[in-house]
Amino acid sequence: MKRSLLLLVFLLFSFSLIAFAVLDVAFVYVGPIGDHGWSYAHDLGRLHIEDVFGDAIRTAYIENVAEGAEAESAIRGYARRGFDLVFTTSFGFMDPTIRVAQDFPDTVFMHCSGYRTAENVGTYFGRMYEPRFLSGMLAGAMTTSNIIGYVAAFPIPEVVRGINAFALGVNYVNPNAKVHVIWTNTWFDPSLEREAAISILDLGADVIAQHQDTPAPQQAAEEWGVYSVGYNSDMTAFAPEAYLGGPIWNWGPYYEEVIRDVMAGEWETHEFWGGMDTGVVDLLVTDLVPLGVEKLVDVVKRTIVAGEFHPFVGPIYDQDGELRIEKGEVPTDGELLAMDWFVSNVVGRIPR
Amino acid sequence: MSDIVPFVVFTLQAAVRAGTPLLFAVLGDILTERSGVMNLGIEGLMLVGAISGFVASYSTGNLFLAIVVAMLAGAALGLVHAFFTISLRVNQIVSGLAITMLGTGISGLWGKGYVGVVAQRFTPMRIPLLSDIPYIGTIFFNHSLLVYISYICVPLLWLFVYKTKYGMTLRAVGEAPEAADSRGINVFAVRYFYTVLGCSITAIGGAYLSLAYNSMWIENMTAGRGWIAIALVLFATWDPVKALFGAYLFGGVTALGFRLQAIGADIPTDFLRMLPYLLTVVVLIFTSTEKLRLRVGAPATLGIPYSREEKT
Repeated sequence: MKRSLLLLVFLLFSFSLIAFAVLDVAFVYVGPIGDHGWSYAHDLGRLHIEDVFGDAIRTAYIENVAEGAEAESAIRGYARRGFDLVFTTSFGFMDPTIRVAQDFPDTVFMHCSGYRTAENVGTYFGRMYEPRFLSGMLAGAMTTSNIIGYVAAFPIPEVVRGINAFALGVNYVNPNAKVHVIWTNTWFDPSLEREAAISILDLGADVIAQHQDTPAPQQAAEEWGVYSVGYNSDMTAFAPEAYLGGPIWNWGPYYEEVIRDVMAGEWETHEFWGGMDTGVVDLLVTDLVPLGVEKLVDVVKRTIVAGEFHPFVGPIYDQDGELRIEKGEVPTDGELLAMDWFVSNVVGRIPR
Repeated sequence: MSDIVPFVVFTLQAAVRAGTPLLFAVLGDILTERSGVMNLGIEGLMLVGAISGFVASYSTGNLFLAIVVAMLAGAALGLVHAFFTISLRVNQIVSGLAITMLGTGISGLWGKGYVGVVAQRFTPMRIPLLSDIPYIGTIFFNHSLLVYISYICVPLLWLFVYKTKYGMTLRAVGEAPEAADSRGINVFAVRYFYTVLGCSITAIGGAYLSLAYNSMWIENMTAGRGWIAIALVLFATWDPVKALFGAYLFGGVTALGFRLQAIGADIPTDFLRMLPYLLTVVVLIFTSTEKLRLRVGAPATLGIPYSREEKT
């Protein structure tokens, strides 16, 4: 009797150990994973780690979480249910993440695109401006009207930085082309974003780039018979005759790394801002791009990955002709993260 | 100033293109509300119309079928709304909001497998002769088939509501259900019929977004157009012809904002984005008091469930 009881205790103990070994990972998304954009890209990352780790992890996610109080309760909910690792994937989740993290010191939190860290809160983001610069080269090489449309989301530094990197890439191969910016103040309203693209297509634009999460501007370019540059993920299916490629997110490998660190007990708080060298961001190029252009872009890509070239290397002038970055200088991360001016070949204003 | 002409023409063309989904939504809602049933479920109805039409087009490649499916889906939700508000006499505002939430949820769930695919869509088709008329042709006759259908719907609905016996029955049920009842009109049947019919037309507005304007399904792709449509119904004072102008006005303001940006005009975009909502608020103020509402033509029993036993 005693022996069987001991056996039972032993069995229960070992089961709990096995159960304990499973890492519970949660993701909090700001949009629907059906947006085919930002949250979709993060969810591809989640699916990637499920593939890689199999039974060793359990993942959960919650979508359409509004920034603010709702976010805090969603994050707190996961922490309370004993999740070991929580990814919060929107800038506006920053303060809620920090607040919840204070109450759950044993849980690891990773916040995307913010700047506040704590003992158990790390941040991560990608240097999207690197592939944006390359995508600008594609646009600059393919335009003949020298009018390039850029359908922009919200006037925040991240978007402004993206436009500038794109315009610098355009200028790199085609100093005569101008980048016309249209603000929609949306992340996913396909109809509005399509209309914004048409407004610049009607003016003779022959390449359309975008920052929103929907492929609507791509479809507009397709219908007008011109080229387009996408964002977030592969948009070929939506505009097979127009889509030249575009900067894309690839969160999977980074998520994998974080989970390995947490599993090994080696995770420490950090601020990750990875470039193309880490694989978090990349440029996708389709067959519509002529071989010569593709090769040129590839050469520049390699110099960026090797750290030999920086898209924002001076001299860079702003729209008013003022020298913003001295010859040979490279802006600091702080300057990049706070960018609030347009380079000289951008047409349009930043609403204030 | 030679650039001004194409600028205006293209902006007006965009106004028609962007206004059409609103127009369908408003036309449908006018029918429903004329019978005395308030419907705040437009956003949900449009989303269900968008996803069901998209799924049908994706699976069969038949656009005609897609529109039929979208209308049936809208009708199904309309039936739910009718059952709750007419048979159970639930508060119409609450039921309408529930329809919006239900429609948003259903479309999101249903649409999970349809993200990232492209379906057959209504492409713009020029109407021979008419599209050759300078300016007018570009503005009105270079659109997709659904836009032309909406052109036909407007006068038809106007004639129906104001000039036919059935239209008079519809209005009577909305204005004075007791009187209609005493004349032998089945108030419940009429309200049921127009709620379901109106909702199915509203759903076309959603299908326009996923099958004509764009060719994709994105969760919540209506992005608040259903709420604008609700305001537009008031704006149009339940008149199909005014609905046309209202819808194009709202569509045009956004298009104008983008176009001013495109030519580099230094205008505050936030202000332009605010304009449609500002107009809505103005209209709401004008139609807020009971007296004014009746004067502009609001159905007198809008929002009030009808019951044969109770005196209202």
